[in-house]
Amino acid sequence: MKKLIVLFVGVLLVAVGCSSDDNGNNDPQDISFDRAPLLINWADNTIIPGYIDFSGEVSDLKNAVGAFNGAPSVSNLNGLRSEWLEAYTTWQRISMFENGPAESAGLRFNVNIYPTNATLIEENIANGTYDLGLSSNRAAKGFPALDYLLYGLAASDEDIVAKYEGSEGEAYRNYLRDITDDMKALADQVRDEWQSGFRNTFVNNDGSSSTAAVDRLVNDYIFYYEKHLRAGKMGIPLGVFSGTILPENLEAFYNGEISKQLFIEGLNAVQDFFNGRSYANGTEGASLKSYLNALNTVKDGTNLATLINDQFNTARSRVQALQSFQQELENNPPTAMLQAYDEVQKVVPLFKVDMVSAMSISIDFVDADGD
Amino acid sequence: MNLRIQTYLQSNVKAAPLAVFRVFFGILMLVSIARFWYHGWIESLYLEPAFHFSYYGFEWVKPLGDWTYLLFVLCALSALMVAIGYKYRWAIVVFFLSFTYIELMDKTTYLNHYYFISVLSFLLIFLPANVYFSVDALRARKKGDHVYFGSQVPRWTVDSIKLLLAIVYLYAGLAKLNSDWLVDAMPLSIWLPSKFDIPLLGGLMGERWVHYAFSYFGAGYDLMIPFLLYFKRTRWVAFGLVVVFHVLTRVLFPIGMFPYIMIVATLIFFEPEFHEKVCRVLGRMVRYPQRLLQASLQQKKQRTTSGFKWSLVVVAFLLAVQLLLPWRYLLYPGELFWTEEGYRFSWRVMLMEKTGYAQFKIVDGTTGKWFYVDNRDFLTPFQEKQMSFQPDFILEYAHYLRNHFEKQGHKQVEVYADVKVALNGRLSTTFVDPTVDLASEKESFTPKHWITPFNDEIKGL
Repeated sequence: MKKLIVLFVGVLLVAVGCSSDDNGNNDPQDISFDRAPLLINWADNTIIPGYIDFSGEVSDLKNAVGAFNGAPSVSNLNGLRSEWLEAYTTWQRISMFENGPAESAGLRFNVNIYPTNATLIEENIANGTYDLGLSSNRAAKGFPALDYLLYGLAASDEDIVAKYEGSEGEAYRNYLRDITDDMKALADQVRDEWQSGFRNTFVNNDGSSSTAAVDRLVNDYIFYYEKHLRAGKMGIPLGVFSGTILPENLEAFYNGEISKQLFIEGLNAVQDFFNGRSYANGTEGASLKSYLNALNTVKDGTNLATLINDQFNTARSRVQALQSFQQELENNPPTAMLQAYDEVQKVVPLFKVDMVSAMSISIDFVDADGD
Repeated sequence: MNLRIQTYLQSNVKAAPLAVFRVFFGILMLVSIARFWYHGWIESLYLEPAFHFSYYGFEWVKPLGDWTYLLFVLCALSALMVAIGYKYRWAIVVFFLSFTYIELMDKTTYLNHYYFISVLSFLLIFLPANVYFSVDALRARKKGDHVYFGSQVPRWTVDSIKLLLAIVYLYAGLAKLNSDWLVDAMPLSIWLPSKFDIPLLGGLMGERWVHYAFSYFGAGYDLMIPFLLYFKRTRWVAFGLVVVFHVLTRVLFPIGMFPYIMIVATLIFFEPEFHEKVCRVLGRMVRYPQRLLQASLQQKKQRTTSGFKWSLVVVAFLLAVQLLLPWRYLLYPGELFWTEEGYRFSWRVMLMEKTGYAQFKIVDGTTGKWFYVDNRDFLTPFQEKQMSFQPDFILEYAHYLRNHFEKQGHKQVEVYADVKVALNGRLSTTFVDPTVDLASEKESFTPKHWITPFNDEIKGL
């Protein structure tokens, strides 16, 4: 009874304390998992280095465009293509962080909307005037537009180069320059905002509400996996949502060979983020994995983080065993790729059901009462 | 025995507790509606979704487009009229109907406390909550037509509210007597650690013993509070606990107005003298004639219980239903927490951390062509979340998809669901038999054979 009274009095005191509008940050000590180091690791070791790297890659791309425009040749075209591929590959590392500065800049919408709209690109080039800031032009710029401009203009490399030298050559060269400049501006803007203040906003938002940084980023992360990696790069071209195979919806469709490679890079990035691997040297820091381990989510005798990593690995090896996505889609039905897709899909419930419920993070948070 | 019942039914108590209850109920409902409107929930929950999940048998209850706002206005107005006791009987009937209609529009938003409001407002229709401290009483007095208005009401009318509250608490407590709650401290072990940033308590939220303390305190509170409130000796302590408990739940969980409603509702257990004091204070604020609040206010004619005969029958029936309904789950095979057959309308509150993920496959029965559905095309995130782990939602949605795609020209549409559900910290497992064509399954109160059996055991009630 005495204990009961002590407990009641304690709870009473606490409730009185809580009911006042005291939002001051006190230092919780015996906490099972501190979110601040997690956010710091994400910001300093993954996200910001990723944006710095990306911005550098886009600079290289821009320089390669300059070199090509100065002297269009097959050799310069190939140089430009390899810079494009490098920047595109780096993009797969940071696409998932559509949060904060990237979200307000609409980075993903502006640099990687595919399928690209070749008709619109040709129209813009023919007109010579276009406002790349318009949302209507999103499907006419970014990496997919470059994919078309570097691979899709003609059947042979010589003919492509000829396009940049012919009567309309200048218009093509200008368009190439303008969309690269646009990407560079966006990449720098996002990088600068992260470095100049958002980093601290992000790291300090270490609470547990639905608007806290962890909750928001985890939502963006899962959304990326489900919508852009799983559906965008595999599911939609496979026709799993439409019943019809849509090869033209593949990422880097005009290149025709690297869709799988870009997917694998995206998958690696997602897994590295899960494990908190540093962008620079690959060492692991505070992460979703360590968070799950701290919450001690052992299920059926297996650690949930291990289950998720295992499923990532299974999915990757199934995808790696495929031919290029373009070749796979020539089969009807593309059975092997569908089976690989199923393994990619299996990560989704592990994220959306097991991981978020262990962390008590609500997905696509809805502001409504519970009981 | 019969005589004792007769005597009980004929006995009267002061009307003040009923009046205070009415006033606060009306005000809190008015605030609730305003809050609901303010948060934009009328749009996001009722107007924006293209599809609504209906209760079985109430498929005809749908949002009314822009008229939905009128429904809320009506509900708010009637709540105000209940509070001031103006044309009370009409007001409470309109409130019950409008509020219940709102709740029936989409079961996605089902909350036990909304159901509680519906039941309570239905009960209030049959109670003379306007005989004292009300505009109705004032007007009747002025007209000299105050036959039934005064300071006395049949004892059972006040007791029926107490009994309803006791049922809510007691059943909520009984529902916690299971191995997940008591042995594993689930789901609090999942929820509390995420509350690490609340003031003062935050640092303790990761501690195992705290999860157990909260679990046992919660179960003990629910089971004991009706009795502690009933006996005069423990009443003030009980009320202190009520306040602490509900404020704590308010701090920890997003449960809206419910804590305040419960705190105010439990005042009904207090002595009439307390309520008379409240009436006098409130009366002074609104210049209600103090002489009409006198304890000895005479009624020209005491309304006898025979005048309330039908009310008594209805109330007795309502309470009997309340006592029996939560046990209906016993008629279903399988684990209640898993199948949720008989889960709602039973005061099972905050018992489960249950999350699901559902992927639907549409197959054209004639060509064999198939594709997956992107649920975002049809459901709001909130609807998708609720649908993903509740069988009746899954079935209703499957039927909706069938109708949608048949309208689009697909023939003999079959719908298969790949659903994964995690319950109280267990690893997610398959929830629905993926080989069953849900398009050809019918909704009914009979057990749903296509729910994959629960692969664990939860002991207890």
